[in-house]
Amino acid sequence: MTKGVLYSLAIATMALGGAATAETVAPEKVEIVDMEVTASLTGLPGDATVGRETFADRKKGNCLACHANADLADQLFHGEVGPELNGVADRWSAEQLRAIMVDSKQVFGEQTIMPGFYTMNVGVNVAEKHQGTTILSAQDVEDVVAYLMTLKEN
Amino acid sequence: MAETTIKYTMMAGIFATSLGGAAWAGGPADDKLVIDDELEITTRVKAPEGHPLDEVISGWHYRTDETRALEADSFQNPGMLYVERGEEIWNTVEGDAGKSCASCHGDASESMKGLGAAYPKWDEKAGRPLNIELQINKCREDNMQAEPYKFDAADQKSLTTFIKHQSLGMPVRLDLSQGDMQAWWDKGKEVYYRRTGQLNMACANCHEDYNGNYIRADHLSQGNVNGFPTYRLKQSAMVSLHNRFRGCIRDTRAEFPAAFSDELMALEVYVTWRATGLSVETPAVRQ
Repeated sequence: MTKGVLYSLAIATMALGGAATAETVAPEKVEIVDMEVTASLTGLPGDATVGRETFADRKKGNCLACHANADLADQLFHGEVGPELNGVADRWSAEQLRAIMVDSKQVFGEQTIMPGFYTMNVGVNVAEKHQGTTILSAQDVEDVVAYLMTLKEN
Repeated sequence: MAETTIKYTMMAGIFATSLGGAAWAGGPADDKLVIDDELEITTRVKAPEGHPLDEVISGWHYRTDETRALEADSFQNPGMLYVERGEEIWNTVEGDAGKSCASCHGDASESMKGLGAAYPKWDEKAGRPLNIELQINKCREDNMQAEPYKFDAADQKSLTTFIKHQSLGMPVRLDLSQGDMQAWWDKGKEVYYRRTGQLNMACANCHEDYNGNYIRADHLSQGNVNGFPTYRLKQSAMVSLHNRFRGCIRDTRAEFPAAFSDELMALEVYVTWRATGLSVETPAVRQ
């Protein structure tokens, strides 16, 4: 590993905070192949209980803004811009959900409204406090993927 | 005034709560807007040539029964307090020239009728389009020898609301043949489709592609601007168009342009055109 890569990893790790370790894959380095990201972004498994909170938290995933989810029926105002996530684990694999969360535009195409939660592929004029950061940390993504895999109907 | 504001704030709270259990209806409400049982407002109209949508629909159709009812009754409409305040300003002498708006323009119900439906308008001297706010400031500086209003000053909002209200019910129609208006329209269109911020979203993503759907508790409208300045129950205040532009852009986690900057003026020209044919609703009532 070159010094440059080490530095950029270190910077990404500092910027993203959380449970990131040296093994965390930086957002620019995540490879989406055939709509999948095969390995955990942090090398660690996700925590579904934490992921459920990240999913609902308006300052983190805010996933309910666009997706209805019966598992969180106690929360008001589920959006309807994206598909419902009831039984999502029956339809998608963890590897696919990880890819969609990282950068949905590489999975669904540029026209999708869904933001990429772990990517530097963002719009123009990003607000200063969000520059160089991702919406979620690598571990946040892993936690939400773990949570989504619990949403089964079959 | 304070009491009225509190009352409306409470009502807004109750509406928000009552929405909770409701099933999402989706799409624009099937309803007709008639203000005070006498003035019919055009809230749905065939889109002008070159518009990406077939039908242009007022944001009024995307609000709750209660919010729609507030706008239909000018006594209940909290925005009418700003119209009243605007009328006072219209008749108040200010500045070194010792003039009020009325000194030159007389009765606003005659001199300002139709104006709000045709702005922004090309200004040859400025070399750019002016909206009502900028036209007021120009008049204040050139003719009244008074200080221009700062962006979103209470009096700016009230006077703009009063002037636009003189066109209530009249169809929005811009003249894009004046000066370089077409070039500003083109630039505004670019801004409308340009994705901004960490959330990487353009105006079009929500207001063109997903209008009629809920994004959390917000029922996305087509984002038409025929009701601005508009009374927002959420803020218990009149909200100017450039304030709303900036709010939307901020929500994409982007830095937002200055009010009345070239970028936002171009956007105002373009989105006003998108509302072509809808009636002016100022002061509209929204959530």
